[in-house]
Formats: sequence, C-alpha cells, structure tokens
Amino acid sequence: MSTAAWLRLALMAGLFLLLEIFCRIGAIDSRVMIPPSEMVVSLVSLLQTRQLAVDMLQTFGAIAIALLFAVAAGFAAGLVIHALPRLRRALDPFLATYYAVPLFIFYPVLIAFFGISVLPIIIMGFAFAVVSVIMSTLNGLDHVPRVLRKVARVHRLSPFSTVTRLIIPSVAPHLFTGVKLAVAYCFIGVIASEFIASSTGIGHAIAYAYSDFNNRTMYGLILLIVTVVITINMTLHHYEGKISRRMARRPAK
Amino acid sequence: MTVSAAAPEPHVCLSGIRQVYPATQGRAPLHALGPINLDLRQGEFFSVVGPSGCGKSTLLEIVAGLQPPTEGTATFEGRPVVGSVPEGIGVVFQEDASFPWLTVWDNAAFGVRRAGLAEAEVKRRVGHALSFMGLNDFTSAYPSQLSGGMRQRVCIARTLVMQPRLILLDEPFGALDAQTRLIMGDELLRIWRETGATVLLITHALDEAIMLSDRVGAMSFRPGRFLEVLETGWDRDRDSKIVSDPSFGAMTGRLWSHLRSESIDAINTLGQKAS
Repeated sequence: MSTAAWLRLALMAGLFLLLEIFCRIGAIDSRVMIPPSEMVVSLVSLLQTRQLAVDMLQTFGAIAIALLFAVAAGFAAGLVIHALPRLRRALDPFLATYYAVPLFIFYPVLIAFFGISVLPIIIMGFAFAVVSVIMSTLNGLDHVPRVLRKVARVHRLSPFSTVTRLIIPSVAPHLFTGVKLAVAYCFIGVIASEFIASSTGIGHAIAYAYSDFNNRTMYGLILLIVTVVITINMTLHHYEGKISRRMARRPAK
Repeated sequence: MTVSAAAPEPHVCLSGIRQVYPATQGRAPLHALGPINLDLRQGEFFSVVGPSGCGKSTLLEIVAGLQPPTEGTATFEGRPVVGSVPEGIGVVFQEDASFPWLTVWDNAAFGVRRAGLAEAEVKRRVGHALSFMGLNDFTSAYPSQLSGGMRQRVCIARTLVMQPRLILLDEPFGALDAQTRLIMGDELLRIWRETGATVLLITHALDEAIMLSDRVGAMSFRPGRFLEVLETGWDRDRDSKIVSDPSFGAMTGRLWSHLRSESIDAINTLGQKAS
C-alpha cells in the first residue's frame, strides 16, 4: 500500500476515533449521534435481519438498473449527439445547465404518473446519472485522435468495427469517469427518492428510523450506505487511474 | 511539370492532380496542390520535401485514398485509387497512432488479425516484424511504457506485418530528436531493402530526404507543385554514413536554393494568418 493510502487510512481512523471520543465524553449529545463503534454494532445486527436484506435488494437493484440504463442510453446519446454537430450546438445549453435544475422537483410528478413504486425511483436514479455519461462520452469522443480514424481507413475497417475496435477503447478512460460519476448520481437519486416517498428501500428505512427517533438503526444504515459508496468509488477510482495511466499518450522523445 | 521515369509500368501514377478546398465562411477557395504529375517506379524510395502548408501530406493522402483529389487521377499498380485505401498500401503517420489499450504485440497484430489470417501466420508475421524493429523485449509492454521512437516503431511494425507493396510515410520521425531520426532512417532503409516495397516519404527535413531517397521531389509553397525532382544516385545499400559524402552537401544546397524563397513565403503567409 502506498504512503498516500496509509495516510488516508490514518486520517479516517483518526476522525473515527475523534468522533468516538466526543460521543463518549458527551461533547455530542447521544440523542443527536451515537458513537461510531455503536454504529458498527448496530449495522452488524441489522445485517442479520430479513428486512434489511429486502431493503438492500430493492435499493441496490434499483441503482443497478438505473445505472445500466443510464450508461447504455448515455453512451448511445453521446455517440449520436457527437455525430450531429447542429444537434449538439442546440443541446449544449441544456446539457451544461442540467445539474443546475433540482431534479427532485420532478419526483412528485413521477409518483403521480406511476404511483409510489420502484419505477419512479429508478427513473430518478437514471435522470441523475444519464447526463454525466453523455457529457463524458462527448468529452471522450472530442479527444479521439484524428489519426485513429485514418488508421481505421487504412485497415479498411467498417464503421461498426471502427467504433467497436478503435473509438470505444479510445474513449474508455472518459467513459469510465462518466460511469464513476453515474454510480454516485444513481446512489443519490435512488436513496434520496426512497427517503422522500417510498414504502421500501434503505432510504425509506433511514427516513423511518429518523422519524421514529431510532438513532441506532438510522446511523447503522447511514454507515452501510457510506461504506458501500466509498468502497465502490475507491475501487472505480483505482481502476480509473490504471486505465488513464495506460492510455496516456506521452510526448515523443 | 511531368516527372516520369522510363520504367515499364509505374507503381504509382499521379496525373494532373489538383486539390482545391472550396470557399468557407469568409474565406476564399484554397488552391492547395497541383497540378502534380508524378510516376513512382516499382521499389524506389521517393521523398517529398517542401515548406509547411505546401500540400505534402495532402499529396500522400491522395495517393493513399484517404482523400479524393479535386482533379486528376491517382493509380496504384494500374488501378485507380478511389474512395478507399487499396490493399497493398501501408501508411505510417507522424502522430502517435499506436493503440494505447493494446500491448505492443497486439498493436502489431491488429491488421493481420482483422484480415482474418490464421493464428500461426499472425504469429510468424508479428514475431518477424517485432524482431525486425527491435521490439522483441517489449511485446507485452503498452505504448505508454515506451518512448516516442519506440512507439513509432510499433506503428511501423503494424504496417510491415501487412506486407505492403507501397509504404507511405507522413513525416514519421517529425517528433523525434535528430539522433533518433538518423537511426530510424537507417532502419527505414533496411526495411525498404528487405521488403522491396516502394516508399513515399513526406518530410520537411532536407537532409533526411536526401540521405534516404533515390529521388527527392522539392515542392513549392501553395499551391504545392514540384519545383525539381532530384536523382540522388545513391547505392541501394546506403546508410546514414552518406551524410559525410561531399555530394550530400551539394544536393542539400541545391534543394535549399529552391526551397528557401518558398519557405519564406510560407512563413510570411502562415504567420499572417496566425496573427
């Protein structure tokens, strides 16, 4: 493990310890926050319940479906928009300001259409993630070296082979960054939607525990989400770095 | 000016080639190239030199079939080059065209695998090309782990495995330092001798063109036309040591006398556009 990784670990452990001390000595009211060690204990006991298994299945299932559609649709839309410069010029302002719009204002509309079910939640996750994939695909396509398209013609590749053999691999680092962002956005979209209005899912369980003053359950679930999100993002970050290093085009010497 | 060798059948024939780019918003039409008439003999090493913007790369792309000329015809082995790159032509570009997501081996094998050759033949050809280019110890490396010169070798190896009969090189050593270019030039001569392919090299380096070539075509600034085609008269088994030959300096001086005023024109014109 690198020095930076050790430092990171030490920082997290330090914060964990500091919070533990503050909670134990009463600097933080126990009605506001429980000590981190108790959060861990709570999480372990929650993980043994059937209800959490059901909630996890719904939440992570919704995230996975939203992510899958966001990546597929975002990449396809990115390809089309890039191929049509006029369309791109027309859409640019929308894409640039997309995340300035608080998307949750549309959640009640989706509930009105589809009722309180998993579908509006998946749509919210998708809506949060898809534009990040479109943007990263466009960015990647903008950076495909023109010479690669010439090489494709020299090797007489079909348009399909050019895309699959040269363009997609060339875009991969940007696409990977888009997927990484999409994962984060899907988590936000799905869990926040569950928090606002849902009958199942981890977001709903957190909201329920919150309104029930059940700090142990609430913090146990928060710890679960934080752990999962950090683990996934650090893993993706690790592979993103590996791909970027491999794809680096160093100046000629 | 027609430059024609008294050979039985030219390997490449350019006849009345002109390239004019149409007017765009606020810009007049640009007559970039031509007329160009040129025959390349089978197995010769021909270089094109000229100032920046004279249409050297455009000429290469027309020969390769990467862009159609506005007027005139290009033929390769008697067949017109129209719309696509004909089989038998390999192109090495100035830019880094290696595929960073593939190993050196897979880079070199890209074309032959696409061509559907049997795996044994792929191995034989790729192994030979990588060995020939001195890349045997780097077969599992990725381009990002190699220097610019090594990456260009990978691109040349990828071209060689296709066993092209015409190799087009668009300033392949433009991004390399002077010493590496001399060494790469020697390797290029070795490839040319061993493959027997016809080579068309685009370069802005007079010394490189004269050292490597049987004939050197000096082009004017826009529209690019041949001012002179110089026969070097070198032996086929030459190498970079010929730079110390007295006639090397004389030929360089002769071409420079043509190109000096053209280069000044290019600097003035392109400089004005940039400002």
